Amino acid sequence: MSVLVNKDSRIIVQGFTGKEGTFHAEQMIEYGTKVVGGVTPGKGGQKHLGLPVFNTVADAVQQAGADTSVIFVPPAFAADAIMEAAEAGIKVIICITEGIPVQDMVKVKAYLNNFDTRLIGPNCPGVITPDEAKCGIMPGFIHRKGTIGIVSRSGTLTYEAVDQVTKAGLGQSTCIGIGGDPICGTTTREAVELLMNDPETEGIIMIGEIGGGMEAEAAYYIRDHGTKPVVGFIAGQTAPKGRKMGHAGAIIGGKDDTAAAKMKIMEACGLHVVKSPADIGETMLAALKR
Amino acid sequence: MRRFTNHTKTMNLHEYQGKELLKSYGVAIQEGIVADSMEEAVDAYRQISEKTGSPFAIVKAQIHAGGRGKGGGVKFAKNLDSLKEHAGNILGMMLKTPQTPGGMNGPGKLVRKVLIAEDAYLPNPDACKEYYISILTDREKKCNVIIYSTEGGMDIETVAEETPHLVHKEHVDPTLGLQAFQTRKIAFNLGLEGAAFKEMTRFVTALYKAFVGADATLFEINPCLRDGNGRIIAVDCKVSLDDNALYRHAELEAMRDTGEEDPTEVEAKEFGLNYVNLDGNGGCMVNGAGLAMATMDIIKLSGGEPANFLDVGGTADAARVEQAFRIILKDPRVKAILINIFGGIVRCDRVAQGVVDAYRNMGNINVPIIVRLQGTNADLAKEIIDQSGLAVHSAILLKEAADLVKKVLADN
Repeated sequence: MSVLVNKDSRIIVQGFTGKEGTFHAEQMIEYGTKVVGGVTPGKGGQKHLGLPVFNTVADAVQQAGADTSVIFVPPAFAADAIMEAAEAGIKVIICITEGIPVQDMVKVKAYLNNFDTRLIGPNCPGVITPDEAKCGIMPGFIHRKGTIGIVSRSGTLTYEAVDQVTKAGLGQSTCIGIGGDPICGTTTREAVELLMNDPETEGIIMIGEIGGGMEAEAAYYIRDHGTKPVVGFIAGQTAPKGRKMGHAGAIIGGKDDTAAAKMKIMEACGLHVVKSPADIGETMLAALKR
Repeated sequence: MRRFTNHTKTMNLHEYQGKELLKSYGVAIQEGIVADSMEEAVDAYRQISEKTGSPFAIVKAQIHAGGRGKGGGVKFAKNLDSLKEHAGNILGMMLKTPQTPGGMNGPGKLVRKVLIAEDAYLPNPDACKEYYISILTDREKKCNVIIYSTEGGMDIETVAEETPHLVHKEHVDPTLGLQAFQTRKIAFNLGLEGAAFKEMTRFVTALYKAFVGADATLFEINPCLRDGNGRIIAVDCKVSLDDNALYRHAELEAMRDTGEEDPTEVEAKEFGLNYVNLDGNGGCMVNGAGLAMATMDIIKLSGGEPANFLDVGGTADAARVEQAFRIILKDPRVKAILINIFGGIVRCDRVAQGVVDAYRNMGNINVPIIVRLQGTNADLAKEIIDQSGLAVHSAILLKEAADLVKKVLADN
């Protein structure tokens, strides 16, 4: 099992022939991921990295049987790329692109309601199921196949957690980088739920940040439906409250978004909360033995 | 809002700029003219009073912070002499408000510009009523929301806490946009009727159009005024724009006032570094915003206080590391620096060489440095650091780095 991506996923790269797309597609292929081609409008029919290039995602779905897409398109065009993938029937859309305007994502999120698809990101490292499929920019070699699922809003901090899990003698089932943007495709709670329902996953690590209410929502889900130990960490315990220009933000869910408030909720919901990011791996190991 | 995380970066506008933007979308505003000298202020006053036919005007300090009235940054001028007095006092003052760095006890912010504005409450101040309207994006519901209240001119957070039933929210469907019935609902809930009712529906329609059109992240109109004639106008406005969307708004990008930002943070930005200065003694240099915040937490848990947030981004080469060193060391309170890089695509041996080169180029670093490099070629990196002969502590595990920070801070 595992979730979202596995050895049978048929993956395309949108923004395939660009610098970023090329570099990371190469790394993905080298890792053993089943990349079946890529999309660059106007370059359809060409070959790139020995794989077919398509003009549209629809072509890639029809001709290469693609069901998963990893997007490396520049921010000004990324929202469009996500919508194209959804409309073409892609089931898992992973958008790596950082810097997409918020209003673009608001529209994308509403548009995606029309389709049976899941968006991960944007502004995320991607999703990896070790030894099966690496869909993103994470360094493959730090991962090891195993039973710990990881959900995180940040990039390098996820790698840190992965590395600690590997060094603790455990491995990962699937690591999901949900991204740090205010409007994201998949929330912490949704990602945790996927892993909670995955028979291969025995423990979950949930890494959050200050801001927003996603970790609290996930914590309440875990309290009510959790069947596996969850280790939680919130980055930003020492970050001072930002200088804000207005006050409106505090009215819609800006109250419990400090690290301390979130950690308190997580603890109350039965998560194993770590104060130091250096303790993530060991705490997971100890929680599994209990 | 400052950027510690991956969240949206925003660009704030001054009140006078925000009003220009609103006006261009047909939103009625309190008219005014911006001035950066006494001469210009007097000239602006003459134009305003000629237009309104009144000797009354308001002098408003233009800085990126709210609560300006509390620090003496907003004054009523009843004639030319009083205008000169207030403009003279406000221009060049260090204005302290609850929102400037350090609050009312901080140093305040230098006022370089004043807005000379009409007295919008004329001719019948007693018939005026103040409202509150703001627009922002609701992260949970993933759409824009209009927040409004009859309790204008007050601190809306207090209103929401004490009288939550007086704060209304109207969510907007992203694909359909704001509908006419929604603008009517807002006007009804605000208790308006007659001409003012109609004006309010127009006001909200234009305001929402401006919010989406300008890719704003926040509009806050407080107060929004209904004057004696039933006109609805924005008397004050706070506008924040989405940095990521400025590529399609060159005219708004041109409004950026770097004079309002921390000079070191602006300098850092030029080198691609995301830096925020803090009050502590432990400096840090990290790749990635989440790991940077986690590293600050480690410094705190090791007995120190973070001196900064610094995300060097994806390319931690010698030039960038050197620049980061220079920026951190500008702060004399820094007693130790923790470099924490998780090398994925970035190779740790290259970063290590960058640290060694930067250290040698700088010559006189007296602050102890702890380098923790993990990821691709981490062992090779540690070797480079250990054999450099420099007074640099090296670590691979985060725990080791935390212990080193603790030791170094205790020794100093």
